[in-house]
This record gives sequence, structure tokens and C-alpha cells, in this order.
Amino acid sequence: MPQTPMVEPAHHALSVRDLVVDFVQDTGAVRALDGVSLDLHAGRVLGVVGESGCGKSVTARAILRLIDRPGRIASGRVLLDPDTPEQQDLAALDPEGKAMRAVRGGRIGLIFQEPMTALSVHYTVGNQIIEAMRAHSDISKAEARQRVVALLHEVGIPRPETRIDAYPFQLSGGLRQRVGIALALAADPQILIADEPTTALDVTTQAQILALLRRLQRTKGVALMLITHDMGVIAQMADDVAVMYLGRMVEFAPVAQLFSAPQHPYTRALLRSVPNLRATPRERLATIGGAVPHPGARPVGCPFHPRCPEIIKGRCETQAPPEIPPGERGASCFHVTGATMSAHAEATA
Amino acid sequence: MTAITLTSDDRLAQASQLQLTWWRFRRHRLAVVSLVIVVLFYLGAVLADFLAVADPHATDARRSFIPPQMISLFDNGAFSPHVSGLKGVRDPKTFKLVYTPDPARKLPVALFVHGYPYNLFGLIPTDRHLIGIVGGQGVDGIFLLGTDQLGRDLFSRLIVATRISLSIGLAGVAFSLMLGILLGGVSGLYGGTVDTLIQRVIEVVRSIPTIPLWMGLAAALPNTWSVTQVYFAITLIISLVSWTELARVTRGRFLALREEDFVIAAELAGAGQLRIILRHMLPSFASHIIAATSLALPVMIVSETSLSFLGLGLRPPAISWGILLQDAQNVQVLAGAPWLLSAAVPVITVILAFNFLGDGVRDAADPYG
Amino acid sequence: MKTAALPGTGLTRGRDKMPGGSDAGDEAAMLNYVARRLVLALITCAAISVLTFVIIRLPPGDFVDAYIANLAVGGSTVSAEQAAAMRREYGLDRPVVVQYGLWMGKVLTGDFGVSMMWKRPVTEVIGDRLWLTMAVSFAALLLTWVIALPIGIYSAARQYSVGDYIATTLGFIGLAIPNFLLALILMYLGFRYLGLSVGGLFTPEYAQAPWSWGKLGDLMVHLPLPAMVLALAGTAQLIRIMRANLLDELRKPYVVTARAKGISELRAVLKYPVRAALNPFASSSAYLFPYLVSGSIVVSLVLGLPTVGPLLLQALVAQDMFLAGTIVLLLGVLTVIGTLISDLLLMWIEPRIRLQGRA
Repeated sequence: MPQTPMVEPAHHALSVRDLVVDFVQDTGAVRALDGVSLDLHAGRVLGVVGESGCGKSVTARAILRLIDRPGRIASGRVLLDPDTPEQQDLAALDPEGKAMRAVRGGRIGLIFQEPMTALSVHYTVGNQIIEAMRAHSDISKAEARQRVVALLHEVGIPRPETRIDAYPFQLSGGLRQRVGIALALAADPQILIADEPTTALDVTTQAQILALLRRLQRTKGVALMLITHDMGVIAQMADDVAVMYLGRMVEFAPVAQLFSAPQHPYTRALLRSVPNLRATPRERLATIGGAVPHPGARPVGCPFHPRCPEIIKGRCETQAPPEIPPGERGASCFHVTGATMSAHAEATA
Repeated sequence: MTAITLTSDDRLAQASQLQLTWWRFRRHRLAVVSLVIVVLFYLGAVLADFLAVADPHATDARRSFIPPQMISLFDNGAFSPHVSGLKGVRDPKTFKLVYTPDPARKLPVALFVHGYPYNLFGLIPTDRHLIGIVGGQGVDGIFLLGTDQLGRDLFSRLIVATRISLSIGLAGVAFSLMLGILLGGVSGLYGGTVDTLIQRVIEVVRSIPTIPLWMGLAAALPNTWSVTQVYFAITLIISLVSWTELARVTRGRFLALREEDFVIAAELAGAGQLRIILRHMLPSFASHIIAATSLALPVMIVSETSLSFLGLGLRPPAISWGILLQDAQNVQVLAGAPWLLSAAVPVITVILAFNFLGDGVRDAADPYG
Repeated sequence: MKTAALPGTGLTRGRDKMPGGSDAGDEAAMLNYVARRLVLALITCAAISVLTFVIIRLPPGDFVDAYIANLAVGGSTVSAEQAAAMRREYGLDRPVVVQYGLWMGKVLTGDFGVSMMWKRPVTEVIGDRLWLTMAVSFAALLLTWVIALPIGIYSAARQYSVGDYIATTLGFIGLAIPNFLLALILMYLGFRYLGLSVGGLFTPEYAQAPWSWGKLGDLMVHLPLPAMVLALAGTAQLIRIMRANLLDELRKPYVVTARAKGISELRAVLKYPVRAALNPFASSSAYLFPYLVSGSIVVSLVLGLPTVGPLLLQALVAQDMFLAGTIVLLLGVLTVIGTLISDLLLMWIEPRIRLQGRA
């Protein structure tokens, strides 16, 4: 598993602290994110993994202030360039204002899951990428066009001089996703958020796209937040992993440790449920019992307790386990709390 | 054995498509209200003569252009509904006898009184009406919406007009439905050249401005034709264009349904063509047809109203909203007797009601469509 | 995709295709589409001519009978031989199909026959009226687009705002009140409360005058009211359609992509989802023009406009068939041309038709 050796402290690019996102409807408010904290560092890949509905995409959208009504950020901070004089709290900015727009695409790029629907079919690929480029720098259309051709080449699109004038529906799925990546990179952002970039692709194309992302991330030194539900992709790409469940981060660890010594019962269950090539034939596939509850019907206490095989009766149903201190390895579980968490608490006392 | 009580989830799982559609429909309050209004209108049409107060055809020059009169409910504190009688007053300038309401003469208003004779439901001869005056002279009456130039009670004429205006809508839509579903179905089901041909025909029909065409056809109807013959001819003429919309909806549904897995499954199971259409496809698009129908009805009604308004549609002594509005054409006359426009109210109400109803059914039938 | 009564312009989603199709191929596809619309327009005109001919021949008796009856009112008579000669001259003794051919032949050379009421060539009687009808209808069409598009967009982008509610209310009014009724009510209100005659297209001094810039200006001043009355129903419908479709489009992923680029909200909305919602909007307005021409007939009767409407009614009532028939024919043909123009406009908007020649 690839891991960038930490030679120097990587530049701290983004810091999310206690982000809470609600969706307010007539029937009441549904809490999609229940206090999420994470960090992105230049040159490193943060993998965010979890089942559908755990809030991975909402986190990405919230960071870029792309959540539509009736969703809103209830509290929390999203700090760009944390601990520097230019620090900005994106959560506090006007979502349609100039400052936020400069961040979108200019500082943080977003790669989408569905290349079929993420690009407008009414305009050529070139038109859409040039627009992204020119929104953040004052260059002429001709100059932009040249740069876009180079960019298309960089993301591995053959004959970019011709393809730049193609419409999205004239390209295959893999090519479209490369265009999506080019689009996200158009204005040279230092942070990339990839929201399930390979889910809609076949396995071969998936491998190619992941390799491309890896290469780009290394060459440009961007901070990559890779959202996926596929543990294989995590293993292949991530440096650090955040496991999410029902709007909360339940475990955070460097990738090697996550796979070798998972601490949270949910993580363990996820890893168990990955089909194993070397498993005994006809052995029953492991699954996690039950289903992810609707965020509106959040269980009291630990959100995972109704499905947890290691539940501590009497405690997990009533108390919520403490959150993982930001930036540290840990899991939000009473089994873990005893050892690691209280040690931390003592250390900072 | 203990009785099994169904939870609401169970009922949801067991409900048929029709029930589901109905439940979804019920949630649109506006659509439900519209449904009630439409039903009330049709009830009014059926009971038209019963609800009418005066003979809609009876002219009486003496009471021309009487303004609308309210029924006063109280007489010196006591509950005694009544209206004023009419009194002839000689106009000092023209020396003509002009009849105006005379508050001194109070005529009691009662329920289920005797009035002009008619056939209830077309079968039972009777002369009972819902409300009417007791006593009074021939010229008196209850004029809730005033009278027209010929002294005819507008309220009664309005109610009786409902019958024709609403039924022409139904007849026209029925005809359009037959033609539309047939051609649309054939088009969607068989595709290919037949489809292309029918599509072209539809496009040609739609490109032709309708009113000049209708005017031409309607004007060609011989003067000698009876009211009923004219009625059916007008229905036919109006339907000649509106079938295209129903054909389009039907074709669209058939095209979509053809590719559905459950249809292919039925074919593979060996079901015959007709059975597939009736048993498998029909339930899927029945509600779309209902929606399209209730959206086509107001168009029909307006078409007939427009034609009759022009004088080319139904002819007197038939009474329809369009014919009533004809009297309102002259602005000078209208300025003196604005109640002549009252036929506009049911027209607008019915149009709105059918539109909301159609929208409601369409949303209930296909919430994702 | 919510459209109103609308045909399949049948726009299909572009299917995946290997890139780099030849430019010549694209050109051919576009020409193909235009050619098809032209052919269809011609067929429609032919159909209209047949229908018109049917209308002309529908009333019992033929032209000569009506002519004789008309003369009889004036006191003159026609002998049997003269009647027979007239019949031969007009080809009324030949089979119907031949008569149609003869009539079409004359029409194509510009000979539309003689009006019985006015005893002058039909073209003279119609005069400016046909062009005025087209002017009113076309003004209504422009007004519809100019009003419905921005209001529809605003309504969807600022859902539940005050502007949205106003637009929705306007929509209901346009939906509920048939245009002639609206005209009637406006006339009444204008007369009763403002004391003026709301109607006509010209001030009296210009009405009979020959065309001049002054007359044109006078027309422009008077056009908005009848055009508005005519346009209201269509506007209401198009607002609803634009609003519904834009609301759908605004929820789609490509809008998020657009915003994620950092462009302004206005640009993101106008360039992308509006563009997508323009498709059903344009489809729905494809048959707007015939509807407007049709409506102008009745509205011009109420408002007393010097257009073709009142003339047509007169002609039909008097059974002046050549006049009536010609009006119907020319109305139809001009409508088809107008519809063709709006079809071509649709083609310009949608690149997929251009690229794949699909309609």
C-alpha cells in the first residue's frame, strides 16, 4: 500500500471542525452530518469511506457550500489555509459571494461520480473547461484553449486538439471522467475532492482513472480527499482513512493500520464483508446485519449500536461514545475509549 | 384463531394501483376541491330545471334588464325570506312603462314551490322547483342575476345552460378519446411506417389554425337542421382537432410501455396481443388518459363557448354559456347591464376546476413523470 | 420532461457516438431536417387547400345559385342559358376533383375569385386585413416569449418568493379566462371606468389613410393591448412549463458542476439549466402560432380590430364562399409559414438536432 513518507510536515490545506449539516423539512430537521472533523494535507490522500447515506457526499458538498435548500450548515467551521494569516472559514462565507466563488475551482476542485450527468450536453468539452479556467484567471480564450488542450493531454485523452471540440455524449465513460478530472484541475486548485470518481466505471477503466489520480496528485502535490464505498480503492489510494457512519466519523487511521488493526466494530465488519479470493468455497458471505437507519430516525446513544456485534449492553444504547480528537488516530467506540482516549485526556489535562 | 389487524404498512403493500393513485390524489387539496366543484356542476346540470326559478325560455318585455335582486332574509326582525315585487312606472320622458322592483310589495320565497313544468331527469313530469315565490303576478319573480333584454331570468338560463355546455364537453371528449386512443395506440404499438404516417397527420392537423376552420365548417351547417343535429355536428367539429393531444399521450405511453420488462415477460409467457394490451398495459396508462381527458374538457367547453359566442355554434332556442355571452357583445349595452357577463363566472370556474383536477390526477398517476 | 400539448419533436438524448464525425455529414443531417420540415409544410398547405375547397363547396347549391339568389335580391334575373354558360365557365359542370384543380390553378396565379357581397375581387376586399392579422398574431408571439421566458426563469430560480406568487397568479388568470372573454371584460372595464373605447388598431385619422411611417407608428402604439389579450393564455402556459422544467433541471448534477467551477450563480443558471429547459419551452411554443392566429379571429371581433376575423364572420354568414374560403386558405398558409420559422428557430437552439439530424 502506497504511503507518502513524511519527510517534512505536509502543508495543512483544509481543516473541518465539528461540521453539522441539517436538512429542514416540514416534518422536522434531519441531521445529515453530526459533527464531522477532518484534515487535508498537501500531497496526501484522505480516503473517506462508508455505506450509502453516511454523509460522505454531504461533507464534500458542505465544504464547497454547494448544499441546496432545505439543507444548511447548522454549525462548525471549514478552515481553508488553517493557522495562516489568510485563513478563511468557508462555512461563514456567503455561498453565492465572490469569496466563495473564488474558492470553488480556484482553491478546491470537485470531481463527480456520474460522468454521464455531471457534464452539460449542450456545450463542448472545451467550452466547459475553458469557462472554468477563465473564471479564475484573466487569460484570453485562445490562451485558455491552448492550456486546455495541454490539460486534456495530461489527463490522458488521446488527440486532445480534436476532442476539445467534442460534446460529452460523443465520448466514452472513461474519457468523460478524465474530462471531469481535467475540469476540476482547470484552475489549478491545491485541494481536490473526488466524490466516488470510479463508482460508475467498469473495473478496467477504474484502475486507469485511479492511476491517473495518483499520478496527478503526486506531480501537482495536491491534497486529495477521495470519497468511496469501496475498500479496495481505499487500500490502493489512501494515505489516511476516515470511516463514516450516519453523519459521524467513527474511525480515523493511517491506511496500513486501518487494515491491519481496525479499532471500530463497524470498520471490522466492513473489512469482513469484503469477499475474499482465498476464502473457503461455499462459505457464507459476511454481512452487517440490519440496514443503515434513516438519519431522521437516529438511534440514541452510539449510532451503530443496533447493528453492532460487540455492543456493550446498558452503555451503548444510552451514551454516545466520545468523538475522535481531530488529527489523531482513533475510533469513536467505548471499547477503544478506555485505553487510547483517556490516555489522551490525561496527556492534555 | 386471532383476528389479524392490518397495519398501515400492510395496507400500503396490499393496495392496488388504483387505490394508490387515489390516495396520492387525496393529498392534493386543490385537486380534491376541484373534483367536488366539478361534481357539483354536473349535479347542477342534471337537476337544472329543478334548480331553475323561472322558465328560461319565457320572454316578458316588461321585465327587460332588471338588475340582480338579492333574497332578503329578514322582515322586521323575523326570519321571512322574500323578494320585492315589480311595479310598472311610467318614465316621464319616454312615457314607456318601465318595471322596477317595488320594496313595498314583499313576496315570500319558499322551498319546493310550483313553477313552470318540466321533466325531471327527462322522464318524470313535474313542476316543483327548489325555490320560488309564492303568489305575485306574472311579471314578478326571483331575479338572482337579473334579466336580459327579452326579460328572461338570467340565473335560470345560466343553470340550464350548464347542461348543454358541460355535456357537449363530455360528448366531444368521448369522441376525441375514441379517435385519439385508437390512432395513438396503433401508432405507438406498431411503430414504423404506420407511426410515421399518423405522426405526420397529427402534425398537419395541428398546424392548421382551428377557429377559421371551425367557423367554415359550422357555417356550412344547413339552417334547417334541428337543435340536436346541430349539437352533434358541433361536437364532431370540435373533436376534429382535440383528438391529437390524446393520441400523443397514448402513443407516448405505448412506446414507453412496449419496452417495459413486464410486457416482454408477458409476451414470453405466451400472452396474446389483446390480452397484453388490456390486462397489462391499460392499467399503466389509464390514469394518464384520465388526466389528459380532464385537461381536454375545458378546451372543448371553451371551443363551444367561442363558437356559440360568434353565432356559429349552437343556435337559439338552445341555451349554452356561449349563447348567453353573445348578449354581452355590445359594450354600450353591457355598461348599462353588467350582469349580462355573469356567464363568465361558471366558464372560468369550470376551466380552473378541470385544470386543477387534471393536474392532480396526472401527479397522482405518475409522481415522477 | 413536462411539455404542454406538444408533439414529439421527439428529441432523443444523444447516443454515444465515436467522436470526430465528418463535418460534411453534420451539414447533410441539418439539411435533411430542414428539407423534411419544408416538405411537411407543403403537404400541410395542400391539406389546407383541400379543406378550404370542401368548405367552399359545402353549402347547398353552388356558386352560380348563390349568385343568382344575390342578383334576385337586387331585382335582376338570370336566364337559364346564362346560368348554364356561367356554370360551364366556372367548371361547375365538371367532376369535383377537376373543379378543385381549376380552382387551385387560379389560386396559384393569384386569382382568388370575386366577392359576392362587395362585387370586387377578393384580394381587394381582404386588403390589409390579412397582414394586420399576422401583425397582431406575431406581436402576440413575441410578447409571449419575451414575457414568459424571464418570468418563468425567475419563478423557478426564486421559488416561493413574492415574484413567484405573482407569476403563478398571472398564470392562473391566463389559464382560466378564454381570450375573447378577457377582451370582453377589458372592454367593459375600459368603457365603464375609463370612458374610452378600448379597441381598434388605429386612431380614426389613420384608419383609412394609406401606409406611412406615421401609420406604422400608430399601429405600434395600438398593438400591445390586443397582442397582450391574445398572448395571455399562451404566456401563462409557457411560464408554467418553463418553471416546471427549470425546477427539474436545477436539481441535476451538471448544475452542481457548474457552480463548483466558481462562476457566478446567474451565469451558472442561465448558461446551463435554462439552456436545457429551453428545449421543452421551444417545443411547447412550436404550435403557439396557429393557436394565436386562431385566437386573433375571435379577439378581433370583440375588440373591433380591422383584421380578417370580422370579415370572415361576415363572409360566412352571407355565404360569400370565395371570400370566406380564400381567407381560410391564406390564413392557413401564412400560419404554416410562421410555424416553420419557429421550427427553424428550435433547430438553431438544439445542437443535437444539428449534429444528428434527428427531429
